[in-house]
Amino acid sequence: MSTLAIRGGTVVDAQGSRRADVVIGDEGTILAVGSGLTADHELDAGDCVVAPGLVDLHVHLRQPGNEEAETIDTGARAAALGGFTAVVAMPNTDPAMDCVSVISEVRALGESAICEVVPSAAISVGRRGEALAPMAELVRAGVRIFTDDGSGVQDDKLMRTALDYASSLEHLCPGETIVLAQHCEVESLSKGGFMHEGSWSSWLGIPGQPSEAEELMVMRDIALCRLTGARVHFQHMSTAGSVSMIRAAKAAGLPVTAEAATHHFSLTDACCQSYDPVYKVHPPLRTDADVEAVKAGLADGTIDAIATDHAPHTPKSKQQTFADAPPGMLGLETAFAVANTYLDMPIESLLGAMSWRPAAICGLNGNHGGPVKAGSAANLAVIDPDAAWTVSAAESASRSSNTPYEGMALRGRVRHTVYKGEAVVIDGVAQR
Amino acid sequence: MKALRHLLSMDDLDRDDIDYLLDLTQRYVEVGERKIPRIPALRGKTVALVFYEDSTRTRISFATAASRLSADALGFDVKRSSANKGESLRDTVETISAMGVHGIVLRHFGAGAPWRVREWTDASVINGGDGRNQHPTQSLADLFTARRHLGELDGKQVAIVGDVKNSRVARSNAIGFAEMGAEVVFVAPQTLLPASLEGWPVSATHNLDEVVDEIDVCYLLRMQLERQHDAPVPTLREFHHEFGLTAARADRLKDGALIMHPGPMNRGVEIAGEVADRPNAVITEQVANGVAVRMAVLFVLIGSRLDLVEESSLADLESAVA
Repeated sequence: MSTLAIRGGTVVDAQGSRRADVVIGDEGTILAVGSGLTADHELDAGDCVVAPGLVDLHVHLRQPGNEEAETIDTGARAAALGGFTAVVAMPNTDPAMDCVSVISEVRALGESAICEVVPSAAISVGRRGEALAPMAELVRAGVRIFTDDGSGVQDDKLMRTALDYASSLEHLCPGETIVLAQHCEVESLSKGGFMHEGSWSSWLGIPGQPSEAEELMVMRDIALCRLTGARVHFQHMSTAGSVSMIRAAKAAGLPVTAEAATHHFSLTDACCQSYDPVYKVHPPLRTDADVEAVKAGLADGTIDAIATDHAPHTPKSKQQTFADAPPGMLGLETAFAVANTYLDMPIESLLGAMSWRPAAICGLNGNHGGPVKAGSAANLAVIDPDAAWTVSAAESASRSSNTPYEGMALRGRVRHTVYKGEAVVIDGVAQR
Repeated sequence: MKALRHLLSMDDLDRDDIDYLLDLTQRYVEVGERKIPRIPALRGKTVALVFYEDSTRTRISFATAASRLSADALGFDVKRSSANKGESLRDTVETISAMGVHGIVLRHFGAGAPWRVREWTDASVINGGDGRNQHPTQSLADLFTARRHLGELDGKQVAIVGDVKNSRVARSNAIGFAEMGAEVVFVAPQTLLPASLEGWPVSATHNLDEVVDEIDVCYLLRMQLERQHDAPVPTLREFHHEFGLTAARADRLKDGALIMHPGPMNRGVEIAGEVADRPNAVITEQVANGVAVRMAVLFVLIGSRLDLVEESSLADLESAVA
């Protein structure tokens, strides 16, 4: 039996922080946590935090269907380089992940990946918002998170039915929970809009979509959550109004959770003045006031999780006008650094929003999100929070290069990532 | 005038630049009045007219301008292709650039298209209209026309009326007239105004009757008849009644006030049919001046690259005209 020691770091998990070494066995579990531990192989964690691996509730891996932009293999590598040990794959593939056969294909492709790929499934058949996907069959196949991400469920009645039905399926997964996640966008208001509607869109002549296109669906789904009692997770919350509605819903005791994407607390609609569609994303980059509200929502826990909405697009598809280019930007490799650079949060809270809280939302907390103790699954991220580096798309593991952070100096870098006991990233280099 | 490599927005030009271009335009108007309206100023230069959106008049105007300067104008009509299909904008631009063109006149349905194209070519890029964003050569033609009739534009009152929201002409002219010292007011229902006017050198009103007696220019915009599916006004008849330049409103204009329109007109919608033919309607003159102003822009951007030969450029022109 071969063992691996992570030495000299500060272990941070939901229980708190302490100086400790971590020894991992080759069955993929943590053997011991303590001081002065040694093993067959060692990884240096000096100046680093040793945390449960990061968990991203929101990535687009583009496979099946758009392998030119990303594959499960390359997306998982980018994730591992970003310190993630689990990512939730969105269902807007081609074909959509709306049935067990496609879910099985994604799982099979994820078998050899260096990060756990957790498929979500579509709420509606083909993500068309017309008829429910076979949710019971999908739950039996292991799916715990449903979303039509890429679009929101427009029809009020269908969403109500989906929530009622989902809450009837928990007996299929005793002790676990099922969550419906919503991309909040009322299309009759957002249609034809390519950026946030406001002073910048007006000046630039780019048709905008108002904050209210997001907020009306947040409002509706809070109401439907109250009606059905089913869990609702709000994806990529981007406006001050959304944050305050979720804060109120939580105060009222409703079972809602929320995530914010890294770009929504680091970039604003002013970025669009270059007309470069690398800044085109849905929901769009908003105003300074919205950025501040999202930060405040993360700081006070209104927003549970930081996600990336990692959305690779080929250079060709972004070498268009703002209107023609598809929305979305990369995020996996920059996520921790962006959060660490732009958020004024204690490292324990930051890691909570990137690891154990999202792990709990999607039911991964058995294997991901810690705690870092003997017997736990060895899914770990070793991160130097003070390391400065400059983003370069050319060095990205993603098949695409549409990062909005190109050339930016960030603080905080993933040194090692351990997935199922294997050091898949060592000194910032993916091992396979 | 400062070195100007591309012309993308009226915001690229300060008052001195505009004055320079309008003075040059005056010379080219004179060229246009000759028996043989052609000078060799851009002989050997090639201009690509890259049009992603149909526009007979802008295209012919640029083609005529290029021809009068002895440049070769090549037309590229690109059918609209959806994102991710067919050739990317970059590939198209690089293909055209590889043919050695000196200037690219770009008309595109997407706002910001010329800003993207500028990064992919060594040629000078001239915005021939991008989405609802900018149409600077139209604005220069309009400024030239207005200045010709009204003299200096300082303190003049300019109303830009109608579908401001969807109009690149409104955006360019708001900036252009304001830069020349005029006071600009947008007149439209809220459904046809931009979401925000923060940072714009203009005011706005929903009531044409409130301003019609005072203005020096009544600039009417083409109502986008195509966009009826989510109509911004209940009916065109109602729009005409509330926001159109009816005969009664035209009667209230000050003596010497101009009626302008970028064309093509919808008679009976933004402008009463009869009003468009009044003596103070300078709409066809705008079109004629459009050729001369585009000659000036082509010459400044492609002929001289003023950053290199600012002094000699006018001398070249003089000798060419002589």
